Amino acid sequence: MCKHTAKARSDGAPLTHREKLRRLREILFANVVMAGEIPAPTGAERRLTRFLSDRFTECGLANISLDHAGNIAGMLPGRVGRRTLLVSAHLDKIWSETDDHTVSVGAGMMSGRGLADNSLGVAVLATLPLILEELEIDLDANLVLLGTTRSFGRGDLAGMRFFLENASHPIDAALCLEGIELGRLSYSSLGMARGEIHVAAGSGELDHSEDAGPGVAAILAGFIVALRRIEECESPTSRILVGSIEAGSGYSVAPRSGTLRFEIRSREAGHVARIGKEIAEMVATTSIGDGLSASLEMIAHRSPGDLGSDHPLVHHARETLELLGIESHVAPSVSELALLLDRGIPSLTLGITKGENRHSPSEAISLEPIFDGLAQIVSVLRFMDEGKPS
Amino acid sequence: MSELDQRISRWLETNTFHHSEFWDMQELVRAKRDAGLTISLCIPTLNEEKTIGKEIIVFKSELMDRYPLLDEIAVIDSGSSDRTLEIAASFGADTYLSSEILPQYGSKPGKGENLWKAIHQLRGDIICYVDADIKNIHSKFASALVAPLIYRPEIQYVKAFYDRPLAVSDDLRPSGGGRVTEILVRPLFSMFFPELTALIQPLSGEYAVRREVLESLPFPIGYGVETSHLIDLYKSSGLDAFAQTDLDNRIHRNQPTSDLGKMAFGILQGFMKRLRDYGMVKELPDLHGLFRQFQAEGHRYEQVTREIFEEERPPMITLPEYRERHGR
Repeated sequence: MCKHTAKARSDGAPLTHREKLRRLREILFANVVMAGEIPAPTGAERRLTRFLSDRFTECGLANISLDHAGNIAGMLPGRVGRRTLLVSAHLDKIWSETDDHTVSVGAGMMSGRGLADNSLGVAVLATLPLILEELEIDLDANLVLLGTTRSFGRGDLAGMRFFLENASHPIDAALCLEGIELGRLSYSSLGMARGEIHVAAGSGELDHSEDAGPGVAAILAGFIVALRRIEECESPTSRILVGSIEAGSGYSVAPRSGTLRFEIRSREAGHVARIGKEIAEMVATTSIGDGLSASLEMIAHRSPGDLGSDHPLVHHARETLELLGIESHVAPSVSELALLLDRGIPSLTLGITKGENRHSPSEAISLEPIFDGLAQIVSVLRFMDEGKPS
Repeated sequence: MSELDQRISRWLETNTFHHSEFWDMQELVRAKRDAGLTISLCIPTLNEEKTIGKEIIVFKSELMDRYPLLDEIAVIDSGSSDRTLEIAASFGADTYLSSEILPQYGSKPGKGENLWKAIHQLRGDIICYVDADIKNIHSKFASALVAPLIYRPEIQYVKAFYDRPLAVSDDLRPSGGGRVTEILVRPLFSMFFPELTALIQPLSGEYAVRREVLESLPFPIGYGVETSHLIDLYKSSGLDAFAQTDLDNRIHRNQPTSDLGKMAFGILQGFMKRLRDYGMVKELPDLHGLFRQFQAEGHRYEQVTREIFEEERPPMITLPEYRERHGR
């Protein structure tokens, strides 16, 4: 079963692979450009799915299929085929359909919306069959390549959730790809919940006079203060992040409604649920004045999970990074990895290259380190193929 | 419907394509191989570091590595002061300075000069020209232009056109018929060469042409190169030598109106010359080569003049160096 002798440290394969993979440079970079220039807001990933589907077809993958959640999957059958490995990348981007998705290519850098999160991950997924072919690697296990939909925000990992609930093959080990940051080693997930506090005025006229009540915006600000108070009691194991506040559109007109979005994160099992309950009580009991109402909606939940820093897969990934001269940094995840770990599937999330300005219009990725990222992915994949990370 | 209208309609029916008709790249590559053709892609540049890298990556990946349609990708540069050539070379393009090709014939400013020298430098039986400033580059910008030449031996010259408007930001615009096309070239063609009005975007910088045609055409070195080509080939071979392919949309930097004036002036020079050469007008006075524009500063108006002289390079086939290099 261990035909590939994937000993990252002793055979130095990642270093050799890194050099060989430069031959696929233009193909990979073109995939980044093309995946980068296709808008794919959460819930509207269809065009990007089509792109990935075409690439899978060109590579001759088996069982290429679009599931009910809009995920696109293809399989590279293994030589033995008793086990199944999964490599996934989320397709959705935080940008809207109408944002300019033009990618610019400069000397050593590419820039454009969503390149780091997660066009590069998608491009590597599209190129992975060619990468394995170039390196003459035939895996024993079946390899499922999966582009998942609805990862962000209200999407709440719906794509990966659907796949795991309905996968025809049990998954033995999994790897999630993120564009940045090379060296990222995620093998644990935080407990997490996301919520929205909505404040709205009734149908009557709002009081705009100088002695009117605090209004929607001020009430939302009051909720932020209350959330901070709850967080102070839970620190340092748990955090409450306020992500956005939305109310009104002018200077002098009182808004009729507003929304405060927050995320609870905790390393401790059960804490997220307890804090969520506390917030619900806080919202229900806060007095907010006549004609206004407040409500809480919880929209996403993750359970904390941890593969453990001494797990062979984590150990191997760290060794590979060391061999490539890259400093590893542990970064607990709240994305697809959480669902995989929750199901007891040995899994990692790895970053592919270095980048900057994540989630800004000038998001950029460095080109040269991508080959380190690819060598790292191949090494981890070969290790998984040996059946060690069980 | 007049006979002319019928001819144009028939031509639109048979010689106007949509890029999606050429989706089957394997088939296209097979047909190219069977026809024994070689194809060169030429990208003329001057300070295009922002877009050149992406163009090279996309063309090399899709039309050389994945589907071996192109035999060479070359950048012919007019002397960029930015990193255009360095970036193009780093992604695998062959890069040339226009001034270093046929140096014995000197070096002249203008895009037409690069296009002309490319005929000598490049090896392909078909040369596909693609401008370097395209922001939404896709492999179809080359493959869908060479395809009609591969499948239809009687077609000599294929132009791109773009007909679907996009929602774009202020400094970008979709290319329908461009402004110079609609207010200058189309009216002129309507008067003198009405069949050529069937070409929806005659000034498009993307076109693919057989070597035998390119080597036989004189080349204005500036703005008039595309219009002059169309007229010359039309006069020698008629409308059926042309085809056009719809590439959906093209996004590029918008040109200021003052630059469009210079462009129109250069095109008119080439156009007038051809009217005279083909005996279509009895007599023309000596034409001024000075283009005059005005700028206002408060209540003062100042003349801004620029000499625009549409010099022409002779047909490449007349050069002994060319005939020797290409065995003609």
